[in-house]
Amino acid sequence: MVSEQSSEAEAATGERGRPADPQPPAPGRLSALGWARWAWRTLTSMRTALILLFLLAVGAIPGSMLPQRGVSTEQVRNYFAENPELAPWLDRFYLFDVYSSPWYASIYLLLFVSLTGCVLPRALAHYRAMRAQPPRTPRNLGRMPYSATFTSSAPPEQVLGGARALLRRHRIRTEADAATGASALSAETGYLRETGNVLFHVALLGLLIALATGSFLGYRGNMLVVEGDGFANTVTSYDSYFPGTVVDQEDLQPFSFTLEEFQASFVEAGQMSGQASSYSADLTYRASPEAPERSHTLEVNHPLSVDGAQVYLLGHGYAPEFRVENAEGETVFDQPVPFINREEGNFASDGVIKVPDAGGKQLGFTGVFLPSAAEGPQGDLVSDFPAPRDPVVTLTGYRGDLGLDTGSQSVYQLHTDDMAELGDSPELRPGDSWKLPDGAGTVTFTGYSDYISMQVNSDPARVPALIAASTAVLGLLATLFVRPRRVWVRARPNEDGRTVVEVAGLGKTENAALTADFHSFATSLRDRLRDGPAVETGTKE
Amino acid sequence: MVHMIAADAAMDGRMSSISDGLIIAMIVAYAIALFLFAVEAAYGRRRTLRANRLMPVAAGSSAGSAQASDTAGSAAVPPTAGEASLDLDAAEGGDDMSVSVRREEPEAKAAQHAVGNVALVVTVLGFLLNAAHITTRGLAADRWPWGNMFEFVVAICLCSVAAFLFAAMRYQARFLGTFVLVPVVLLLGIAVRWLYSEAGPVIPALHSYWIAIHVSAAIIATGGFMVAGAAAAAHLMARRTEIQRAAGQRVAGVAAKLPAAELLDRVSHRFIVLAFPLWTFAIIAGAVWADEAWGRFWGWDPKEVWSFITWVVYAAYLHARATAGWRGTKATWIGLLGFACLMFNFFAVNFVFSGLHSYA
Repeated sequence: MVSEQSSEAEAATGERGRPADPQPPAPGRLSALGWARWAWRTLTSMRTALILLFLLAVGAIPGSMLPQRGVSTEQVRNYFAENPELAPWLDRFYLFDVYSSPWYASIYLLLFVSLTGCVLPRALAHYRAMRAQPPRTPRNLGRMPYSATFTSSAPPEQVLGGARALLRRHRIRTEADAATGASALSAETGYLRETGNVLFHVALLGLLIALATGSFLGYRGNMLVVEGDGFANTVTSYDSYFPGTVVDQEDLQPFSFTLEEFQASFVEAGQMSGQASSYSADLTYRASPEAPERSHTLEVNHPLSVDGAQVYLLGHGYAPEFRVENAEGETVFDQPVPFINREEGNFASDGVIKVPDAGGKQLGFTGVFLPSAAEGPQGDLVSDFPAPRDPVVTLTGYRGDLGLDTGSQSVYQLHTDDMAELGDSPELRPGDSWKLPDGAGTVTFTGYSDYISMQVNSDPARVPALIAASTAVLGLLATLFVRPRRVWVRARPNEDGRTVVEVAGLGKTENAALTADFHSFATSLRDRLRDGPAVETGTKE
Repeated sequence: MVHMIAADAAMDGRMSSISDGLIIAMIVAYAIALFLFAVEAAYGRRRTLRANRLMPVAAGSSAGSAQASDTAGSAAVPPTAGEASLDLDAAEGGDDMSVSVRREEPEAKAAQHAVGNVALVVTVLGFLLNAAHITTRGLAADRWPWGNMFEFVVAICLCSVAAFLFAAMRYQARFLGTFVLVPVVLLLGIAVRWLYSEAGPVIPALHSYWIAIHVSAAIIATGGFMVAGAAAAAHLMARRTEIQRAAGQRVAGVAAKLPAAELLDRVSHRFIVLAFPLWTFAIIAGAVWADEAWGRFWGWDPKEVWSFITWVVYAAYLHARATAGWRGTKATWIGLLGFACLMFNFFAVNFVFSGLHSYA
């Protein structure tokens, strides 16, 4: 039983198999096989697992401090602009892609190899232990952490029968010693703890596999949709599109939708004035061109699920509408232009208008939209509320070559290298026009619409990942709260014809409550035998 | 099109001012309790604690006729150990049974003083005020009352005190009072001084029943981790005392009257074991919510990164504690590191990094 005792500590919290973990001896002159065995044992040791766990935590830190490409490419670009010396160096160590970097992957892959190497043998051993009988009853039960002795008038078989009835949820092994007439019973319970332990670690492996699958088969895209406009799920409809490694254009679900109406409400006064209180968007959608049209109210916590993809409302903004007439008075541009929020709180937003077909030289404008124009502290024009209480647009005009032929360019940036400035517009309110200098034409601010920023996400791993994570929690609960234990009962006939009953208990966890449990078992057994059919009132010390 | 709602339509000004008054009352109550617990810790007499789930059966301390056992390091428990500190009530007519419980650790002792009972009552009062504050604030804002930093701190204090009261009632771990209430009073001070914000509506991303699930789980887990951290700090103190005593030095003051280091370690472990699955659940619930609100279940937002780091460090603690050579002080330091990560996640991530969780 000494071995039993020494393993008690490791079984105590029982997270992993390697008990005392003596550092495997470094191989002196070993064969390749010896080296491999040494490496494997080192890798699967608890010490290595602990170090890898710490590396996993420490390695995650830079990703929270530096902008990450996976989260926002724009922030990374800004970081490069602000730190032109440092950024390329950081980039060399994948510090802008920490969680997809080879070094981070090597940490968690090593950890999972270590974990597998630890859990699989342990799962096998546990499987055998569950099928095997409990170990034999040790000779000296008095050495157990808990032991009790009493005498009973019941014969040994009846004692064991009573114990059996009380230990219903245990695995039981009985032995009889013909020479002395003694019978013994050893019972074990709490196998669920180790099952939970194995389950927890296997579920973590499953979670990792699910995440990997998701990054192969899923895709994500972002776009802006102006009120009244439609969207069809194709790669070209997205402003930015992040496909998984093996996703083809044809794999995109063929759904489409129209943004019928958008509503936002804001806190109007008080300390929290201007804070958004709700966004909602009415959509009509079709799962495929042939499918019937349905409607859905899209809100921040209420995405649209369609054909395995989720459509999300992320934010909103304003799209002022402009009509541009050229020098001849022909309308050459008439549409809403989404402006990008510059300030989160008040929706002051920036935008660019490009008029390539102005008849003659191309026209371009940069503009600022202020939903609630007000005078700022420095006498400048600011917005003091996110809702359109007094919408104002100011524009700066340019004439020349927009540079559209030189390749793709962002719709939110104006390249003014080959353009001449026309000057600034006055404050324009809906309906106001600005007559461009040099008779270049007229710009009219005709009104504004809302637009919403949206995201489409298709990740086949969502549900498997959730199942794996939930399983891990169940396994964890079993590991942490099930208390495995062994109970022994030996009944031996005494010279005076009575039966000496020895009871002993061994907990495999450091839980002081077990002693009370063992004691309550011992007293129940005694009382049961006393109340039994062959009652005998005389008791003996 | 955009329309507006009246800001104070949902708000009840009276509720709001009641809740502001309650927070002061609650801080005063906690501060008084802290003072009384400190008095108990410093001037109490060390007494043996009743055996329970965490504290070993203190054998041989009974008034009855203790039978000597042949096993080394063990002592026989007489069946009639009525007034002894045993839970083994073999008393009812059980004079025919001889029981032996091997004593592996010294019995649990802690400084106790009459003011400790008063302190416990005042703590319960503070707890009730705390609960009332949160309720009235929820009513004032007409929403689930944890939507910003101020409310999180107050709720975390509630859960820490709840966890402490649980420890005090179930495990007689009243000796942790000082160690738990110091951070609680500090946190509340910080909350009132720097984090205060009026009761009001929250941003649309927080309009979800998941706030009740995810945030509650995180807050309750934090309360558990707080008690575990307090016990870990006490453990380190007690360990130092033991080392100093072993070196023949005299130790005085609070440190001299702490319970055994082993016991404090066990209390710390117990609360991490309780809080860790909850924390895991909070992260998973957060992922489910993020999947609904932000379009992905895991996006390496700073808050997500740091809750993951916290999880990994506590997982390392549980593994370390099951590994020979790491148990004891080393594992305790890992547990405290986990708590540091938790606090960093709570404060620094909201103020230092910009992320989706910045609601302050």
